[in-house]
Amino acid sequence: MSPLLAIAAALLVGAGLILLAGVSPLGAYSALFSEALTNYFGFGNTLTKMAPLLLTSLGVLLALKAGQFNIGGEGQIYMGGVGSALVGLYVQGLPALVHVPLALLGGFLFGAIWGMVPGYLKAYRGVNEVITTLLLNYIAQNLVSYAVSHPMKEPGAPTPFSPMIAPSARLPVILPQTQVHAGIVLGLAATVILWIVFARSPVGYQIETVGQNPTAARYAGISVERTILLVMALAGGLAGLAGAGEVMGLKYRLFENFSPGYGFDAIAIAFLSRGNLAGIALISLFFGALRSGANVMQRSAGVPVTVVYAIQGLTVLFIAIGLVLERRVGEKG
Amino acid sequence: MNITTFLTDYLSASLRLSIPLAFAALGGLWSERSGVLNIGLEGMLLTGAFVSAAATFYAGGNVWVGVLLALVAGALAGLLHAFLCVTLRVDQLVSGLAINLSVAGLTAFMSRLVFTSDTTQKLSGIRAIAIPGFSQIPILGPLLFEQDLLVYLLLLLVPVSSYILFQTSLGLTVRAVGEYPRAADTAGIRVFRVRYACAIISGMLAALGGAYLVLAHVRFFTEDISAGKGFIALAALIFGRWHPVSTVLACLLFGASEALQLRIQAFGLNIPYQFLVMLPYAIALLAMVGLAGKSAPPAALGVPYQQESQSDGL
Repeated sequence: MSPLLAIAAALLVGAGLILLAGVSPLGAYSALFSEALTNYFGFGNTLTKMAPLLLTSLGVLLALKAGQFNIGGEGQIYMGGVGSALVGLYVQGLPALVHVPLALLGGFLFGAIWGMVPGYLKAYRGVNEVITTLLLNYIAQNLVSYAVSHPMKEPGAPTPFSPMIAPSARLPVILPQTQVHAGIVLGLAATVILWIVFARSPVGYQIETVGQNPTAARYAGISVERTILLVMALAGGLAGLAGAGEVMGLKYRLFENFSPGYGFDAIAIAFLSRGNLAGIALISLFFGALRSGANVMQRSAGVPVTVVYAIQGLTVLFIAIGLVLERRVGEKG
Repeated sequence: MNITTFLTDYLSASLRLSIPLAFAALGGLWSERSGVLNIGLEGMLLTGAFVSAAATFYAGGNVWVGVLLALVAGALAGLLHAFLCVTLRVDQLVSGLAINLSVAGLTAFMSRLVFTSDTTQKLSGIRAIAIPGFSQIPILGPLLFEQDLLVYLLLLLVPVSSYILFQTSLGLTVRAVGEYPRAADTAGIRVFRVRYACAIISGMLAALGGAYLVLAHVRFFTEDISAGKGFIALAALIFGRWHPVSTVLACLLFGASEALQLRIQAFGLNIPYQFLVMLPYAIALLAMVGLAGKSAPPAALGVPYQQESQSDGL
């Protein structure tokens, strides 16, 4: 129940902010959620935004299970975008059946490398992964900006973006007349796979042991270093797939600054889920709805979109407090 | 442009760009020396930036009202961090991240309410005070003796922090709490109280960095104006091995690389600007890698402390 309470508390503070803007919170929220959840096109938009959030937050969660704070989702999304765009642009003449998986693999690998570097540095050199993943975000974002301004720039483009990727490398739209692409299926499949890994497999057990007690893991013959490296690479790869989805399913090009902060939302989502994989899908849906409804709320109720970012941040704050309250109750009872 | 003016200009830009980092890093230093990890520096810096801008705006351009309220807001952010980390024993990373995310959202929202399109004019800003005589010295004069009060304050804070931390019993107390809280507790030191105080100081210093950024440097507030400065300050802290002098020197290095970036852009050299923008982050990253294993953080950093008797509280 605690995540729901945290969300409720954040929505309540958000209501206060909306009041400050001189608007009725009830009206604003009903505009936001009725658009995002009950309108066909609005819900489509919610799912479109949910896809990258889900994939990236799975990456954050996976790392978290091994005790690693992967704050680099944003950078990994950007690198994933590059990897898939490279395959989509410069490999031509393949059937979609081969080209799509190949481009996804490109995205996965680029993201994985971006996660593996801080993973390696943490595991073998003892460098704090929080700061390295953070710094790599800024580097990745600028690398993409450089790529689409120079080597990958569409000739004569008014703003920095790449040419269109080959039609054979595009993800299919799965809901007619919306932008919902197969990335959401990928995200749900990844959720199920991770669920199986953690519920059933020795690998999942190994990861959780490293996260909970590295010393015990070492005694049990688990290589803590290799586990951290693997987990960070996979985390980066999942975020990379999110970036690939944006390029292959939504924009069909690589754009400068194409992620509106999905990587940072993903951190919030992963913490909110508290390790629960069904929860992570639901919370991604909620955050997707916030993002998709926010614009409508701004247009129809005149509340700045940024109130949604405040609500997201506060949700994390309240969950942090909620976790402790729960622990307190547990200790006493 | 002759070499003297270029050098004066370049060095003063480097200094200007490193001041917010240095305030934040010094703030981080106090908190982390007492064992409280502070990833929230970014949010605290942003808090100071927004509050100083908004307060100055409402106070009709009185920058000192802005600075004062930034200090208050920074202290509150530090207090929140301390409450979460020390009293509630929330994971210190999570607490810092929660502060960063909340502040980013709140300031972005509030700035839309405060600074509407017709109020985005430049804030009045803090004026530099030239120290007579000294400011005439070539290169160094304008650099060190023609600055605003916040810069003088920072230049004062570095030796003062070093002195307090390493030469006084108060400093010993802080370091003991950061290294061996259990022993400190046994010796009668109120571990919680010290950590609260250090986290609050941390928030105030980071907020001053934000106030400097807005009031003395860019003179307006925009969403996400902190742009990762709090994180670079953290890297500087690690680079500087939790010592005030070397930490501030590391901040100067980052400031100098950012200034270089702006100069090279202005000269129109044929280097894509994205690589130049990346430079401070890349240097920070390389610094972290180069120092791996050599930089020993306070032993109890990031470890919540559980007092022997909970009822004791503060």
